[in-house]
Amino acid sequence: MLKINDVYAKAGDKEILKGLSLEVKPGEVHAIMGPNGAGKSTLGNLLAGMPHVEATQGSVDFLGKDLLDLEPEERAAEGVFLAFQYPVEIPGVNNMYFLRTALNAQRKYRGEEPMDSAQFLRMVKQKIKDMNMRDDLLKRPVNVGFSGGEKKRNEVFQMGVLEPKLAILDETDSGLDIDALKIVSDGVNQLRSPDRSFIIITHYQRLLDHIEPDFVHVLADGKIVKSGTKKLALELEEQGYGWLNQ
Amino acid sequence: MKQKLEIKGGKDPNVVAGDDQEENKVVKARASQKYKEGFVTDIESFTLPPGLDEDTIRQISTFKGEPEWLLDYRLDAFRKWQKMEQPNWAKLKIPEIDFQAISYYSSPNANKENAPKSLDEVDPKLLETYDKLGVPLHERERLAGVAVDAVFDSVSVGTTFKAELEKVGVIFSSFSEAVHDHPELVKKYLGSVVPSSDNYFAALNAAVFSDGSFVYIPKGVRCPMELSTYFRINAINTGQFERTLIVADEGAYVSYLEGCTAPMRDENQLHAAVVELVAMDDAKIKYSTVQNWYPGDENGKGGIYNFVTKRGNCQGKNSKISWTQVETGSAITWKYPSCILRGDDSSGEFYSVALTNNYQQADTGTKMIHLGKNTKSTVISKGISVGKSQNAYRGLVRVAKKADNARNFTQCDSLLIGKSCGAHTFPYTESANMTAKLEHEATTSKISEDQLNYCLQRGISEEDAISLIVDGFCKEVFKELPMEFAVEAKALLDISLEGAIG
Repeated sequence: MLKINDVYAKAGDKEILKGLSLEVKPGEVHAIMGPNGAGKSTLGNLLAGMPHVEATQGSVDFLGKDLLDLEPEERAAEGVFLAFQYPVEIPGVNNMYFLRTALNAQRKYRGEEPMDSAQFLRMVKQKIKDMNMRDDLLKRPVNVGFSGGEKKRNEVFQMGVLEPKLAILDETDSGLDIDALKIVSDGVNQLRSPDRSFIIITHYQRLLDHIEPDFVHVLADGKIVKSGTKKLALELEEQGYGWLNQ
Repeated sequence: MKQKLEIKGGKDPNVVAGDDQEENKVVKARASQKYKEGFVTDIESFTLPPGLDEDTIRQISTFKGEPEWLLDYRLDAFRKWQKMEQPNWAKLKIPEIDFQAISYYSSPNANKENAPKSLDEVDPKLLETYDKLGVPLHERERLAGVAVDAVFDSVSVGTTFKAELEKVGVIFSSFSEAVHDHPELVKKYLGSVVPSSDNYFAALNAAVFSDGSFVYIPKGVRCPMELSTYFRINAINTGQFERTLIVADEGAYVSYLEGCTAPMRDENQLHAAVVELVAMDDAKIKYSTVQNWYPGDENGKGGIYNFVTKRGNCQGKNSKISWTQVETGSAITWKYPSCILRGDDSSGEFYSVALTNNYQQADTGTKMIHLGKNTKSTVISKGISVGKSQNAYRGLVRVAKKADNARNFTQCDSLLIGKSCGAHTFPYTESANMTAKLEHEATTSKISEDQLNYCLQRGISEEDAISLIVDGFCKEVFKELPMEFAVEAKALLDISLEGAIG
């Protein structure tokens, strides 16, 4: 599904990724861990095509396409979703209208018919119920006045509606209390399927108690320095990142 | 003094776009002008030669078969106008206007005797024009629930649903007809809110006004449908000087909407209108404007100069006047729909969205004059500046000595798109009463990279993202518009934003 091949990338003027390679197959869940400043968020932003991150070397193949060649909105329509670490507020635009605009833009790109408001309403009502979220989320302006937990829940809800092929969660667990963490991770688990992959960027192994990864990678100084299974996350939790440098 | 003046969120009330926005999001002027109302109707018309003197005014008055008192009113206004100077206090660069180069009367009916008696007799070309503008006047295709008075250059060409409205006592007609059919009402209220000496453009209008709409809602009547006037400038080198007068008697209610468009031309054209509203005890008037005069091209060539005086008098107790405007057109907009809150417990509202692009200039806002006790006013202004345009809010809140417990809330938000435009806020407050409570909030913001990125990541293109964010920014004003027109206003904003991204 996703093949990152020896990528170097800059965020602003600073080189952050230095020869990163990673392969994600359909249905797999990969956790990316690592110390602050290692380049975890840059990886997410690079894949989503955020303008301030620029690849200087290497390639990224996504379902047979050169991902780095696509505009960010094209990547979204191809099935790349980024759950932001700091979701922004858009005053006056209600969440449902925002999501329908997004979904129909993606459908248009893929040559599909737009979804009318009645169909869309039925679909989101079902999703919000399945994900155990409150439906006032739909009527409120995008993230305006949301608590940290509500914003993260909204990201996962949007993911559920847009049904991406590759979902990248950028520290979605940070700032969540235990109940919110459960709702968010239950949402992610519901979306797991044999043809949908996840990259979960996190500091803490506690999220991985709820979302069980197939692989855990440690990202340090711009590249993956160690890969393993869930056991690796537990070792990191106990020993920190220091031992990796020895 | 227990006056409360809050400035929240606003750093500097007079902010010009800085240079901190990233280069990759440089906003260019729209590549191709998409003003779909820019066509010209090829129709035989009678047009006075350019020029303005007392004879011109006598001729206009004769064409209209006006009574002596109205001619005197016009001539008096003209003499006042001649002694006045064009105002220059607004933040506008106004090229010198040659008032002798303008024609002051143009009528699509070749002569007065042939004037249509009913809509069936109206020239098909005119009906077609209004069809094209989305305002069908035909019996079959009329807008449901909306009565329309169609003004073409200097004359009203037809009014729909007149008979239906008469059944409930509502008078809705062209101004010229009202002068003949209801002279006592016109005489009583003409100039009662905006005197002919009020300002330069109001004086000019009082001298040469040609047509417009007249509305009277009798006591206790809730007008059963939306009333609207569609103003169309067609003839070249003419000005449009319309006059609208709306009177809502005790306990009456009316919602009125005006729309306006003009052909695309390289020459500037002048539009100087006067609107007067009068609300008696417990009466409510809701006045909405969707202003889409030709704004000029991307190099600032052509476009309408829009100098308008709009004022409402909340004469009665517990009366209410609400102005809602969506201003996207005109090369220059100079317009301050205001409320005089004379009756105790009366209230005034002003909701405004003003969008300027390319080289457009707007200086718009409101005046809320609190005279009665317990009077309230609300001002919500949303200014959006794009391209090289300049957008200013100018507002006055005045509380008179006897206006105990007056309240005002003003919120003034500016959104800048690109780095060559400007947003300016000029709030004036004058309070002579210790019990007044005035609040002013101002913000200036730009569409942030983060907001755009968020939309892009969800699959929404940059152009659609800007439209979405701007629509959200204007929400508080759009929700005040009648439903049918809120949709139109949003579409209009999208067209005006087209090409905002380079």
